[in-house]
Amino acid sequence: MKKLLFALTAAAAMVMAVNAQAADKLKACFVYVGPIGDFGYSYQHEQGRQDVIKHFGDKVETTYLENVSEGPDAERAFERLARQNCNLIFGTSFGFMDSELKVAKKFPKVMFEHATGFKTAANMGIYNARFYEGRYVMGQIAAKMSKTGVAGYIVSFPIPEVVMGINSFMLGAQSINPDFKLKIVWVNSWFDPGKEADAAKALFDQGADIITQHTDSTAPLQVAEERGKLGFGQSSDMIKFAPKAQLTSNTDNWGPYYIKRVQAALDGTWKPDNVWLGIKDDVVKLAPFTNMPDDVKAMAEATEKKIAGGWNPFTGPVYRQDGTEWLKDGEVSDDKTLLGMNFYVKGIDDKLPK
Amino acid sequence: MMRIELIKRPQHSALFSALSPIIALVLTLVFGAILFALLGRNPVTAMYIYFVSPLTQVWQIHELAVKAAPLILIAVGLAVCYRSNNWNIGAEGQLTMGAIAGSILPVLVPEYQGVFLLPLMLIMGMAGGALYAAIPALLKVRFNTNEILSSLMLVYVAQLFLDWVVRGPWRDPQGYNFPQTIQFSDAAILPELFPASGRASWAFVFAIVAALIVWFLMAKTLKGFEVKVIGQSPRAGRFAGFSTGRMVLFAFMVSGALAGLAGISEVSATINQLQPVISPGYGFTAIIVAFLGRLNPIGIIAAGLVLALSYLGGEAAQAAIGISDKTARVFQGMLLFFVLASDTLIYYRIRLITSRRAAGEAALEHS
Amino acid sequence: MNILEAVLITIVTASTPLLIAAMGELVVERSGVLNLGVEGMMVMGSVSGFAAAYMTGSPWLGALAAIIVGAVFSLLFAFLTLTLVTNQVATGLALTLLGLGLSGMLGEPFVGHPGVRMDNIHIPGLSDLPLVGGLLFGEDPLFYISILLVIAVSWFLFKTRAGLTLRSVGDNHGSAHALGIPVIGIRYLAVMFGGACAGLAGAQLSLVYTPQWVENMTAGRGWIALALVVFASWRPWRVFAGAYLFGALTIAQLHVQAIDLNSLGFLPGPFYWLLAALKSVPTQFLSSLPYLATIVVLVLISRNRRLTMVNTPASLGRAFVPDR
Repeated sequence: MKKLLFALTAAAAMVMAVNAQAADKLKACFVYVGPIGDFGYSYQHEQGRQDVIKHFGDKVETTYLENVSEGPDAERAFERLARQNCNLIFGTSFGFMDSELKVAKKFPKVMFEHATGFKTAANMGIYNARFYEGRYVMGQIAAKMSKTGVAGYIVSFPIPEVVMGINSFMLGAQSINPDFKLKIVWVNSWFDPGKEADAAKALFDQGADIITQHTDSTAPLQVAEERGKLGFGQSSDMIKFAPKAQLTSNTDNWGPYYIKRVQAALDGTWKPDNVWLGIKDDVVKLAPFTNMPDDVKAMAEATEKKIAGGWNPFTGPVYRQDGTEWLKDGEVSDDKTLLGMNFYVKGIDDKLPK
Repeated sequence: MMRIELIKRPQHSALFSALSPIIALVLTLVFGAILFALLGRNPVTAMYIYFVSPLTQVWQIHELAVKAAPLILIAVGLAVCYRSNNWNIGAEGQLTMGAIAGSILPVLVPEYQGVFLLPLMLIMGMAGGALYAAIPALLKVRFNTNEILSSLMLVYVAQLFLDWVVRGPWRDPQGYNFPQTIQFSDAAILPELFPASGRASWAFVFAIVAALIVWFLMAKTLKGFEVKVIGQSPRAGRFAGFSTGRMVLFAFMVSGALAGLAGISEVSATINQLQPVISPGYGFTAIIVAFLGRLNPIGIIAAGLVLALSYLGGEAAQAAIGISDKTARVFQGMLLFFVLASDTLIYYRIRLITSRRAAGEAALEHS
Repeated sequence: MNILEAVLITIVTASTPLLIAAMGELVVERSGVLNLGVEGMMVMGSVSGFAAAYMTGSPWLGALAAIIVGAVFSLLFAFLTLTLVTNQVATGLALTLLGLGLSGMLGEPFVGHPGVRMDNIHIPGLSDLPLVGGLLFGEDPLFYISILLVIAVSWFLFKTRAGLTLRSVGDNHGSAHALGIPVIGIRYLAVMFGGACAGLAGAQLSLVYTPQWVENMTAGRGWIALALVVFASWRPWRVFAGAYLFGALTIAQLHVQAIDLNSLGFLPGPFYWLLAALKSVPTQFLSSLPYLATIVVLVLISRNRRLTMVNTPASLGRAFVPDR
C-alpha cells in the first residue's frame, strides 16, 4: 500500500513537473472536430500543427484534442487546454465558437483563435480562408473541360461557406460558358464516404461529367476515376486517389498561418485579429493542374494569379437567382454579405432551404 | 485443455457485490498499464492521469457532474424500460426531441422571461421526449411493431428534424445564416450549482432526484412490482390483472420524459442555444450505463460517474501525454469489459476445469 | 449503360454491405444471442481488409483477412456473454466502442493511401447483354457472395438438421440443453459466423464501395444492419428485401435531388407531381425517408401477431448457464 502511495505521489509530482516545465516555453494547442484520420478537414489542420512542429522544433510545445463534439463537450476541451498551460489555443471548427468564447473570457491571459466564426474577444481572434477563390478557378476549368456542360456538386449542409462556394464555382463556369448547368445534391453529412460515392454516381448517371464536392472524403473522386470522368479534390491533394480524374484540388494549407501566429505569440506581439486569408496568403492552395490541355492550364494559372493579385470573384455584374441585380458592374461584394450568404446567383437550379 | 464453468450461487454473493468493482479496477489498471507501456508511456503516470487527476481539481469534479448528469438521467429511465422488457434504444432521439420541444419558448418567445419560464421549458422538454417515445410504444401495442427497430430509426429522424429546424425556421436572423438558434436569455438558462468553482448545473440534481424517485417506485410501490412481474413473465402479469399494453406505454414515456429532460437541461445549461449537434451520443452511452448499474437506479448513479470519469480521463490523457482519442476509446472498451465480466462473480462461482478432470467426471457420469 | 441500369447498380453496391452484415446477425440472433456490436466488428473488417489488401496487393486476401479478424473479434463478445454470461446488450455496445477505437489505432498508417479495388467480374458475352448484362453478370464478387449467403443461410436454417438445432437453441435453450444439444458451443459458432459476415461487410466498404480507409468509415451501417434483422422478423429473404428497400430509398433520394424537372415533361401526371413535390421538400426530409419507410413497412407486415411470434427467437438476449 505504501509503495502504491509512493508511486502515485511520484506520478502526481511528475505530472506537475511536466506542467511546470511547459510553462517556460510556448504551448500551442489545437481542438479538432473530427478524427485526424479523416484525410479531410481535421487532417489538414493537423498538417498545419505538424508544420508548426517542423518550423519551431523545441521552441514550441504542441498538443491537440481530436474528435471533440460540437455540443457540451467543447467547453470542457477548451478549459482543459487552458488549464494545462496552453498559451495559444486554436479552435478549428465553427461549432466551437460560443464554447471557446466562454472559456476565453474565463482565461484572459490565454490567447485564443477560432476558425470560421464571427465572434471575437479581447483575447480571441478569428481566422478563415477564402476557399471560394479556388472554387472560382475550378468553375472555369469545369466549363472548359465539360462536354455535356453540366457539373455535379456534392454538398454537406447549407451554411454560408458552402453556398458561397457554389456561387463562386458557378460564376467561374459562367465566365466561360454562360449556359453552364449545375446539379446539386445535399448528402446532409460532412463525412460518409459511401453516401458521397452514391451521390457522385447519381450525378454522373444524370448527365454530369465533372463533379466537385464540399464534403470531406476522397470517395467521389474515386468514382470519377472509375467512370473515366473528371473531378476536383477537396481539403487535401487527392491525386493519389484519382491520378486520371483529378483536375486540381482546393486544399486547406493552414501551416503558414499557424506558424505566423505562433511566431507572434513567441515575440509577444500577438493580438486578436480578424483575418480572411486566400490564395495570396498561400492558405488556399490549388493542387497542380493535371489531366487538362495546356491552354486550359494556362487559363487556370492566369486566373489564379489574378486572384492572388487581389481580384475578387464576386465582382459585378452579378445577378441573384431570381434575376434581381446583386452587384453592379465593377462592384465588389463586401465580406459581410459573403460571410452570411444565403442566396444563389442566377443560373443555379436548386432551392436553398430557408 | 482448460475450460471455464460457472456454477450458480444459491443467492447472490454480498462479498463479491462489493468486491467485483475492485477486481474490475485492478484488472483495468494492470491491462491499462501494459497497454500504455506498449505505447511507450510511463504506465503509472498514465493511470494517474486517467483515474486520479480528474478527481484532484474542483473544476474537473464539476465536469464529472456535467458529463454524468445526462447519462444517469437517461439510464434511469431506460432501466424502467428494460426491467419491463421494452427494448427502447432510441433515447438519443427522445433526447433530441425533448431539447427541441423545451426550446420552443426561449427561441420563439424570447421576450417572455418570467419565473415560470424554466419550469415550463423543463416540462415541455419532458413532454417532447415522452411523446416521441410514445410512438414506438403505440406502434408496439397497436401494431405489434418491434420497438428495437422503430425506436432506433426514429433517432435518425429526430436528428434530421433538429438539423432542419436550426437551419430553417428557427435560425438566428443575426447569426450570419449559420445553423444556430438565438442564444437563450439568462432567464432560460438552468443555473449552475456553485458558479464560483465550476459549471455543474441543476441537471445533476435532477439526475440524482430522478434516480431516487425511480428507485422508490421500483422498490416500494405496486407500479414497481408490476414492472418487474411483467418484465419477468408477461403471462404472469396478465394473470395478476396487469395490462401489458399500458405498461409498454408507461415505461416508454417515463424513459422518454427523462431523456427529454436530459436534452433540454443540456441545451439550457451548457449550450445555451439549439445547434445541429447537441449530444455526443448520450442516449447510446446511457444504455451501457443502465446495464453497468445492473438496472438499479442507485447502481446507475455509480455507473454514470464511472463512465463519465473514463471520458474525462481519456481526454486528460490526450492533452497531457498525447494518448490519442482512439487509444482512450480502446481503453474505455477494456474497462467496460472488465466491469461486466467481474459482475459475473456476484451470481456465479467460476470453476476452471482441466481436461483430465473433465474426462474423469465424464467417466464417472457414464459409470 | 442506360440510367435505370446505372441506378440499379448503384443500389446494389449500397445494399450489399447491409445485406451481408445483417445475414450474419440473423444467424446470431436465431441462436438466441443479441450482439449489438455489429458496427464495431464491421469497422474492424474495413480496416483489416484494407490493410491486408494494401500490403499484399490482393483484394481477395483482404476479404479473407476481414472475415478472420471479424470472427476473432467477435470471440471476445462470445467469451464474455456466453462463458461469463455478461449482459449481451451492454457487452455488444462495448464491443462497438472498442472496435471503433481499435480500428482507428490500427488504421493510422493507412490513412491517405488509395486502396486496392476488388474488380467487377466480367463474363464475355453475358456481361455485355443489354439491360441485364451489367446488372446480373458484371457486378463485384461480393454481390454474388451476398446472394449466395442469403440462399445458404435460408437453406441451412430451414432445410438442414443443424439449422433446426440452431433454431431450437434460440427458441428455448433450456429444453435444447435437456435434449443434450451443446447450447454454448452452437452459440459460439453462430457468434463467430456473425463476426465473419460483419467483417466481410466492412471489407466491402473498404475494397469495393469506396476503396480507402478512413476512421469511422462504416458511418452507422452496422446499426442499420441490426435494424434490418428485426425488420425481417428473422427471415433471410426479408432481410434481402429490407436491405434493398433501404438501399433503394437512399439512392433514390439522391437522384430526386439531382433530377431536372424540365426534362421530365413526358412523365404521366401523378409521377411528375410526386417528383416535383419531393423536390420541393427540405433535403433533411428526403434523407430521413429510408428510416421512416422502414418503420412504415414493418408496421404493415408485423400486424399479424401470430406469424411474427413464430419467427421470433424466444430466448433472444437471455443468458444461459447449463445447470448440472
